Amino acid sequence: MLNYLWAAMILVGVIWGAFHGTLGAVTEGALGGAKEAVSLCITMLGILSLWSGVLKIGERAGLLKKFSRGLRPFIRFLFPQVPEEHPACEAMSTNIIANMLGLGWAATPAGLKAMEQLDRLNEHKGRATNAMCTFLILNMSSLQLIPINMIAYRSQYGSVAPASIVMPALLATAVSTIVGIVAAKLFERFWP
Amino acid sequence: MNLILYLSDMILPFVLFYIIASGLTAGRPVYDDFVEGAKEGFRTVLGVMPTLIGLMAGVSILRTSGFLDFLASLLSHIISEDLIRPELISVILVKLFSSSAATGLALDIFSRFGADSLPGLSASLMLSCTETIFYTMSVYFMSVKVKKTRYTLPGALAATAAGVVMSLILARRMLA
Repeated sequence: MLNYLWAAMILVGVIWGAFHGTLGAVTEGALGGAKEAVSLCITMLGILSLWSGVLKIGERAGLLKKFSRGLRPFIRFLFPQVPEEHPACEAMSTNIIANMLGLGWAATPAGLKAMEQLDRLNEHKGRATNAMCTFLILNMSSLQLIPINMIAYRSQYGSVAPASIVMPALLATAVSTIVGIVAAKLFERFWP
Repeated sequence: MNLILYLSDMILPFVLFYIIASGLTAGRPVYDDFVEGAKEGFRTVLGVMPTLIGLMAGVSILRTSGFLDFLASLLSHIISEDLIRPELISVILVKLFSSSAATGLALDIFSRFGADSLPGLSASLMLSCTETIFYTMSVYFMSVKVKKTRYTLPGALAATAAGVVMSLILARRMLA
């Protein structure tokens, strides 16, 4: 996907520039963009190293497991078709908590495992079950509590309060997740 | 809104305190754990650096050629700028497919309007509350060979639309 997007950006830019006499600016743009990316990465090296160091402490302290257990009643409500002690529940909890904490590397393997386990309960292979649809809608409604990458970008681009977006973003995330859950619960009643 | 902004300032220090305190009560060597995690973070950033260089050069080429302005003027015929700026529409559409490309566009908005401007805040919030729907769906469903995805896409699009609308409202409130 990105291969096409990226190629299109550059090809369209160069062709457009050639027809509008902006090729000089395009040259500067290409060089400037590359330089800008490096200075952005220097800021991100600081902020993201700090953050992943802190998250590592949390992970070693067993927070991932602790929070996943707290999620049980919620999982039972969302996925009534999945038996309570089924391994899918544990994988889904881990995926959800890892997504909330922004631990992408922990979220994806757990999510794929959850799908595999949910597929074992699937009576019509090749067709998504209600649990699969709901799980993915939840996953894609964005669950991240602290958008640390965005804070780093904002701090690099001269924001006076890079973290000011944390609570508003949390509110927007909460609304999108609630809408996702309501939509999933409505759709599962009548969708063939 | 003031309360929300006030809480935003407090949340990071609070999370830091909570996590380090839990590490200590679990009897962990917290600084050693920290350094190990920080090394991973360091490597992650170095890992995404080439991606960012490529994308930011690409976005910058599109911008300087004048194509992005053309696209924006096209979009502004369809939807009024008072409702949503055309630059933000491209961020949302691209985000459905690729997170890093959308980030490139958002950074372009930051450098043109400022990170604390209305478009800057809107883009910050939108990217924080949406996911790469098409990419995620294909990865997860392909892993179990599911072709009939039923209501997953409409559900995810509804959630994304809600997030976008909230972002636009909240960004406006933040500046009010």
